[in-house]
Amino acid sequence: MNITEKILAKAAGKPSVEPGDIIEAKVDMAMSHEKAGPGFFDNFEKLNLRIWDKDKVIVVGDHAVPPSNIYSADCILKTRNFVRKHELKNYYMGKGICHQIMPEEGFVKPGSVIVGADSHTVTQGAFGAFATAVGSTEMAWLFAKGSLWFKVPEAMKFVLTGPLPEMVSGKDLILKIFSILGIDGATYKTMEFAGSAIDQLSIDSRMTLCNMVVDAGAKNGIINPDEKTYAYLEGRVIPPEKELKSDPDASYSRTFDLDVSTLEPQVACPHSMDNVTAAGEIKGIKIDQAFIGTCTGGRMEDLRVAARFLRNHKVHPDVMLVITPASNRILKTALKEGLVETFIDAGAMITNPNCGACGGGGMGVLGKNEVCISASSRNNRGRMGHTESRIYLGSAATVAASAVRGQIVDPREMDRTA
Amino acid sequence: MENMIIHEKVLAKLGDNIATEMITSSAYVTSSEPEELGKIACKGIDPDFVDKMKPGGVLVAGKNFGCSSSREWAPVALKAAGVKLILAEFFARIFYRNAINIGLPIVECEGISDKLSVGEQVKVDLETGELEIVKSGEKLATTSIPRFLIERINKGGLIPQLEEEFSHR
Repeated sequence: MNITEKILAKAAGKPSVEPGDIIEAKVDMAMSHEKAGPGFFDNFEKLNLRIWDKDKVIVVGDHAVPPSNIYSADCILKTRNFVRKHELKNYYMGKGICHQIMPEEGFVKPGSVIVGADSHTVTQGAFGAFATAVGSTEMAWLFAKGSLWFKVPEAMKFVLTGPLPEMVSGKDLILKIFSILGIDGATYKTMEFAGSAIDQLSIDSRMTLCNMVVDAGAKNGIINPDEKTYAYLEGRVIPPEKELKSDPDASYSRTFDLDVSTLEPQVACPHSMDNVTAAGEIKGIKIDQAFIGTCTGGRMEDLRVAARFLRNHKVHPDVMLVITPASNRILKTALKEGLVETFIDAGAMITNPNCGACGGGGMGVLGKNEVCISASSRNNRGRMGHTESRIYLGSAATVAASAVRGQIVDPREMDRTA
Repeated sequence: MENMIIHEKVLAKLGDNIATEMITSSAYVTSSEPEELGKIACKGIDPDFVDKMKPGGVLVAGKNFGCSSSREWAPVALKAAGVKLILAEFFARIFYRNAINIGLPIVECEGISDKLSVGEQVKVDLETGELEIVKSGEKLATTSIPRFLIERINKGGLIPQLEEEFSHR
């Protein structure tokens, strides 16, 4: 079996499972945030339901915190009331993005089944967990019962080899994969990542890689845990069993071998994540906004590389650069390292940790015809605001370099000439 | 079981890769109430969508319908706007679960987006999976829905199921 099948078999209490099996799996962690919760809180109370296990439930406020309008304020209030009523202790309001909070605060470990009411819950596959998303109504069921049905997915394996080139991060890898798969190429499936390039990849980049599999339609993304994983988890979780990994003879519906040693920084152009080209191919496109943040671009690795481009430089006068760290822990580290000062001196705006501009809910909404280069995860039409705005997606390096130049640029080019 | 056969008119068509953000854009969402969400369904990609759907009927779409964000607002908005059935080439997985969980029937049928036009009547038997284009009499196979999910659709979704289960305790 592959690692996903092993986790699901164990959660279903079966010796083995096969793709296509429908199982009832015990869930180890259930997560909701303040925009999904209000979609089921009322029903939960009306039915007089009780939380199945308070240790296994986490509630995060991250989508529009502090609130950008009355509706968002109401969502926060409802969330707070629900948490108080059910005496939930795993509650993080305004402390960061749920997908960052979960591993940072020790709610993720290899082999666990994690279900969140947010599509990017798949992020946690970076730690060898089976992590996937459902909607609000099913989260009510999960909060009450602690288990869910799943169809065991077919798995696709991506073997990425070669030394990772300079300025190439998890974001560039997944955008390259989108250009091959398309945004529906992994629908209902597992995307498992392996190979020497994955071994070299930082935890931050692994999270970004797994985070974005949902936009190829995948049920989950996963990386076999290794020494890097266990080093990250040390002190955060009770040491997990270390034998968990895909069998050498595990079966996959398809295997992709990709040599990434010559990969260039990638950009997804409007209005689709698979409309991907090398940053150097579209250089010169003028931008109005640049955004560094989210669960795919607001971690330490992203802030550090951004600072490299912003140190002793100014954000282009025609550009608004918004930087939103993914969590308070990240913000504190960035402060200690002097990165925040660098950002402020460069003319960037620093916001509190939250989902920020990514979903168009506030902190950088795009107006008509505005062009944004963003280190976030999605560029669907209207995602960040007006339907006539245009979103280009790239790594934090590409975004920071572009913010200085006022136009899209290959970060390696600026790095050389800086 | 009852209500297995849905016989309705196609009222609107949408293309491939319609993301949940396009169905319920954050720019327009000001409430999680179905009635309010219904008013903004697909605003931004088809300003006339709500008017078209008013009589209640079928929405036909292409590939990967409901991709991207897990927001349940999307199927809730469509249902509240009058969508009684969605037929698509295939759905994104979270949308698929969400729609069934709120009691909105959705059926996958290869080639459907080219075969059905607005105004046509269509008949779908959820249990047998048979789809009939009424005018031409053409019958098409659809992807089968597991039995327990058909029951869920017929009960009106997951909340009525939970209600039934917990009221017996």
